[in-house]
Amino acid sequence: MTRAVAPMTAPRTPVRRVLDPTPGGSGPVPDLSLSSLLAAVEASGLSGRGGAGFPTSIKVRAVAEGRRRPVVVANAMEGEPLSYKDAVLLARNPALVLDGLEIVGRAVRCRRCILAVHEESLDDAATGALEVALRGRQVELARLGGGFVAGQETALVNQLNGRAPLPGDQFRRVTEVGVDGRPTLVLNAETLAHLALVARHGATWFRSAGLADDPGTSLFTITGSVRRPGVVEAPRGSRLADVIESAVPVQPQAVLVGGYHGGWVPARDLDVRLTRPDLVPYRAAVGAGVLHVLGADVCPLDFAEQVAAYLAAESARQCGPCVNGLPQLASTLHRLASCERDHALPAELDRVARVVSGRGACAHPDGAARFVGSTLDVFHEHVDEHLRGRCPHDLGVRR
Amino acid sequence: MSTRLHIDWTRCDGHGSCVELLPDVLTADDHGFPLPLSRERDPRVPARHAEAARHAVRSCPVMALRLVRDA
Repeated sequence: MTRAVAPMTAPRTPVRRVLDPTPGGSGPVPDLSLSSLLAAVEASGLSGRGGAGFPTSIKVRAVAEGRRRPVVVANAMEGEPLSYKDAVLLARNPALVLDGLEIVGRAVRCRRCILAVHEESLDDAATGALEVALRGRQVELARLGGGFVAGQETALVNQLNGRAPLPGDQFRRVTEVGVDGRPTLVLNAETLAHLALVARHGATWFRSAGLADDPGTSLFTITGSVRRPGVVEAPRGSRLADVIESAVPVQPQAVLVGGYHGGWVPARDLDVRLTRPDLVPYRAAVGAGVLHVLGADVCPLDFAEQVAAYLAAESARQCGPCVNGLPQLASTLHRLASCERDHALPAELDRVARVVSGRGACAHPDGAARFVGSTLDVFHEHVDEHLRGRCPHDLGVRR
Repeated sequence: MSTRLHIDWTRCDGHGSCVELLPDVLTADDHGFPLPLSRERDPRVPARHAEAARHAVRSCPVMALRLVRDA
């Protein structure tokens, strides 16, 4: 497929769609039939903004074809500690997310429409704004708990069904059997905001930003070594450097793209476009739009060791390979970060990463393995120094 | 069409009977949990091992295995 050239995101003229304070003006929520909605969403090329990037139209079609009336869930759980784009979206523009939820809910004739938020993600002001926006709508607000994996689709469905917020075996998809045993459509909150705009303005408008094969805009949460951390909106396929520019990076060494399940792009490659194929060499993906800038003063292995320990602690402790493998990854990375002169350490990390991949109910072990693999790849020179018993950051390089 | 072995990792406790019954499909990791030799998520079961695979499904003490048809 031909790829359109992504417009540059100049910081003074940011692209604002879902973050527009008056998105598409007011007026009643469009009432679309299932076939018109499916046609519009399919033509728009909208994909999920929660991490997996799955085509939204396929998910909608799957629940609409079920024999029982479905349940539709807006997922604003945002368990990734480096992400707060859904919280910002809900605080700034709650009506747009709820519009999307109602539009798709009506089209599929849903039995229940649920907005799932993490109880810790919204402050009092945001909760107040959300409650105002919920007035007169057929939407239930579910304030839920749980850790890193609680936003995973099956974990979210389990919690809504009154069970522990843990992922389940995915032998049967939630689009077949989910909340209340009904076909369940779980869409990320930002995805629903885009869907509402597609319903209002159409597919052609939606495609006027982004790439031909990856259209629209996305929210990005920018953290780390930056002067102005926060959430920005940018066209899909933008260059990494352009997206982080408005946050004013300070001496970037690398950027973690895709969060704790993502991969590193080194500072010399910041011109890379944020697309699936362009990020493959870094084992990264846009995911939920997490961009964490690692400053030049931080040892990347120290940082990675902390992330690996966090991911091990956030294992739901259900699946053996994850329960055993993630602490193994974390402790081996700790030995490497501590400059232990054992040249077998990188190969051992690689071996354990391969062993855990694909062996869990959810993708948590795969994400942890990817992060560790990317760390070894991108910082291989730094790894070599550690294996010689010294970290460049402890030898006066630090400023 | 082929048959695949699906492992419910939330149930599996590494008892190991499947590894013994299907040595051409599975091995054990450091902790005794089944590790598909092909590294596929749901490893393919060759027709000659179909009976052993059915036996493995029946004999799993925590009912963590099932056979699925793959188009």
